[in-house]
Amino acid sequence: MSRETLHGWGRTSPTPADVHRPAGLDELRSSVTTSGARGVLVRGLGRSYGDAAQNAGGDVLDLTGWTRILDLDVAAATVTVESGASLDALMRAVLPFGLWLPVIPGTRQVTVGGAIAADVHGKNHHVRGSFGDHVVSMDVLLASGDVVTVAPDGPDAELFWATVGGMGLTGVVLRATVALKRVESSFFLVDTDRVPNLDGLLTSLSEGDSRYEYSVAWFDTATTGASMGRAVVTRGDQAPRDALPEADRPGALSMSDRTLATVPFSFPNGVVNRFTARAFNALWYAKAPRHRHGELQNLTQFFHPLDVVADWNRVYGSAGFCQYQFVVPFGEEAAFRTAVGMIAESDHVSSLNVLKRFGAGNRGLLSFPTEGWTLAVDLPVRRGLDALLRDLDAVVLDAGGRLYLAKDSRADAATIARMYPRLDAFAAVRDRVDPDRRFRSDLARRLDL
Amino acid sequence: MIDALGRPQSLLLLGGTSDIALATAEAYAAAGPGLRVALAARPSADRDAAVTRLEAAGCTVRALDFDAREPDTHAAVVEAAAQDGDVDLAVVAFGLLGDQEQAWTDVAAARALAEVNYVGAVTVGVALGDLVRRQGHGVVVALSSVAGERPRRSNFVYGSTKAGMDAFYTGLGEALRPLGGRVVVVRPGFVRSKMTEGLDAAPLATTPEGVAEAIVKAVTGGSEQVWVPGAMRGVMSGLRHLPRGVFRRLPV
Ligand SMILES: Cc1cc2nc3c(=O)[nH]c(=O)nc-3n(C[C@H](O)[C@H](O)[C@H](O)COP(=O)(O)OP(=O)(O)OC[C@H]3O[C@@H](n4cnc5c(N)ncnc54)[C@H](O)[C@@H]3O)c2cc1C
Ligand SMILES: NC(=O)c1ccc[n+]([C@@H]2O[C@H](COP(=O)([O-])OP(=O)(O)OC[C@H]3O[C@@H](n4cnc5c(N)ncnc54)[C@H](OP(=O)(O)O)[C@@H]3O)[C@@H](O)[C@H]2O)c1
Repeated sequence: MSRETLHGWGRTSPTPADVHRPAGLDELRSSVTTSGARGVLVRGLGRSYGDAAQNAGGDVLDLTGWTRILDLDVAAATVTVESGASLDALMRAVLPFGLWLPVIPGTRQVTVGGAIAADVHGKNHHVRGSFGDHVVSMDVLLASGDVVTVAPDGPDAELFWATVGGMGLTGVVLRATVALKRVESSFFLVDTDRVPNLDGLLTSLSEGDSRYEYSVAWFDTATTGASMGRAVVTRGDQAPRDALPEADRPGALSMSDRTLATVPFSFPNGVVNRFTARAFNALWYAKAPRHRHGELQNLTQFFHPLDVVADWNRVYGSAGFCQYQFVVPFGEEAAFRTAVGMIAESDHVSSLNVLKRFGAGNRGLLSFPTEGWTLAVDLPVRRGLDALLRDLDAVVLDAGGRLYLAKDSRADAATIARMYPRLDAFAAVRDRVDPDRRFRSDLARRLDL
Repeated sequence: MIDALGRPQSLLLLGGTSDIALATAEAYAAAGPGLRVALAARPSADRDAAVTRLEAAGCTVRALDFDAREPDTHAAVVEAAAQDGDVDLAVVAFGLLGDQEQAWTDVAAARALAEVNYVGAVTVGVALGDLVRRQGHGVVVALSSVAGERPRRSNFVYGSTKAGMDAFYTGLGEALRPLGGRVVVVRPGFVRSKMTEGLDAAPLATTPEGVAEAIVKAVTGGSEQVWVPGAMRGVMSGLRHLPRGVFRRLPV
């Protein structure tokens, strides 16, 4: 055990905790059942932005050493894996068998446990749903020390759907069986389109998304007026083997990162400020092709253009940054436009703005995705940000939308309670499996979860 | 928890009737809903009024009986404040200015200043330190004074107690840093509050709201010591280095 100061990816609000790295189940169980007055929490790779994976003054279990693949059933296309494995490692392990993860978030450096606990989504949410939709079953260690196996429609489906999206507050996911997808290559056939404004963007996504498995738009939040919301839309599908040049076909199922140099931008060095961020917004737009169809891209180019910049969260400096991600239902485009306008007209400038259409949500009691428009922006912490985000909260709430807990670091309890109407049902499950609230986090304290 | 943008969910005001403490709570209440306040003060009509004032600002307020001159009770007061959840920010605001001529000539008066401003501040500080250590987070704001930076003929008893509490809280900040806590030592100049009612304002005088704003900024920005107004820092740094003979003749 060691005392460590932990923070999220946004580098805000660090707090110390006693971090345990249990070697086996018995040690893990005793860490849970003997945890002190401040409770206990599992932490994955710390890729949540705020305080979800912190437990001030309490115990934290680091399971990132629990990475074994316990079973890979190629015929059934399922894998059973320990919860500390990263999606990156898992993907590398299954790819040679022509298998692929059904949901991949913006970074692969997240654990299976973290992917379940935040019920993460990827660029294919509109057709595939979120990570929890592909979990066949999982083993969860409860506050009592008991291990239970739960499934989406099993006898304790309620516990399953409280744990999916439950931010580590129901118990420790030990291992999970995940349904995989079959692919012929790790490459993508990608269409890129530039759209001149927000209305064009919403129309383009509404009309075109159903033709692609993956779809996302990066868009400019720095430009106001007629070009507000101009965007670069990238959409694509897994490339079949015969779409690859002859020479590349033998390596179709290897993870190729070799074309890094062609990533279409370079991140501004040093501190991100209004001017560099504006320049960045303009540059990304200007560099994108007006229309380019059927381009072959590798995984990094298509999914994780940011991964080529190591530790990019540090460019924001010691004050850290807030990632603000919300979703509003279809039909609330006016509210969506209002929100984009508020960001564009403020003097807070985000460099990374991602917009996507979500498909239907699932039964996860605290799962974030619900059908509608989602937007994520990265805003450096500075004076006045609090007021802007509070005003945005009000717009989102009014539109019947919600914020993403895995990215939140500053919302208040009352607002979150109104955004997550199933919070009572979530509390009822915890009353049953963890009446003393042994599982706790800074996020749970801040939001009275 | 104090969120990423510096807003606490809960406050403990020690000296809950202090104008500066109340202005600080109001400043946080204005920044968002749902602020919990434990208001620790001696029972009085002033305390009732303070509770009403913060409730009107949207806070959920709980009054706790607290007397700075009963050091044996301080741990229990802090414990009671933490009963419905963590204390994110504690403001040590009680203080006594007294009559300065009486203060150095009358034992009872001198002792009252020493017991409230220094002994009480220390016993409260020990209890807060323990709480912050257990919580693994928390900010303590200690109302010191520029009067503690260099003793003056005109108010050296008060100044000596503030010098002592300032040193204690500065050190407490060092002790709590690795444990997740932070102490902000605040050194106002002349503040127009009920403490200074009837006195002539000194140069660079400020208001309780001015001090509150400086506190909010320091908590958000991570500072560990601030002067209010900010210009006081330079002034005091100059005054501290004046030869005694010169300092003595200054009209301060
Ligand atoms: C660059 C970047 C891009 C991102 N893009 C996306 C995206 O596109 N879509 C998306 O949905 N998210 C995205 N995220 C957020 C990220 O996917 C989630 O925050 C995810 O939960 C992080 O996983 P982690 O292993 O780092 O978990 P941590 O951040 O360490 O923990 C997150 C939560 O999971 C809980 N948890 C972890 N392990 C377990 C376990 N074994 N059992 C129970 N609970 C557990 C923790 O208690 C905590 O509440 C992104 C993050 C970054 C940094
Ligand atoms: N005003 C200034 O010019 C100035 C300048 C620098 C520093 N400060 C410091 O700032 C702090 C707040 O002062 P302020 O300006 O807000 O003045 P204030 O309104 O007079 O507040 C001081 C409070 O201390 C309380 N107090 C006194 N004796 C107490 C005791 N035995 N037990 C419990 N509480 C007691 C008083 O509460 P009761 O209601 O119980 O009397 C009073 O509300 C003080 O520490 C002061 O020394 C003030």
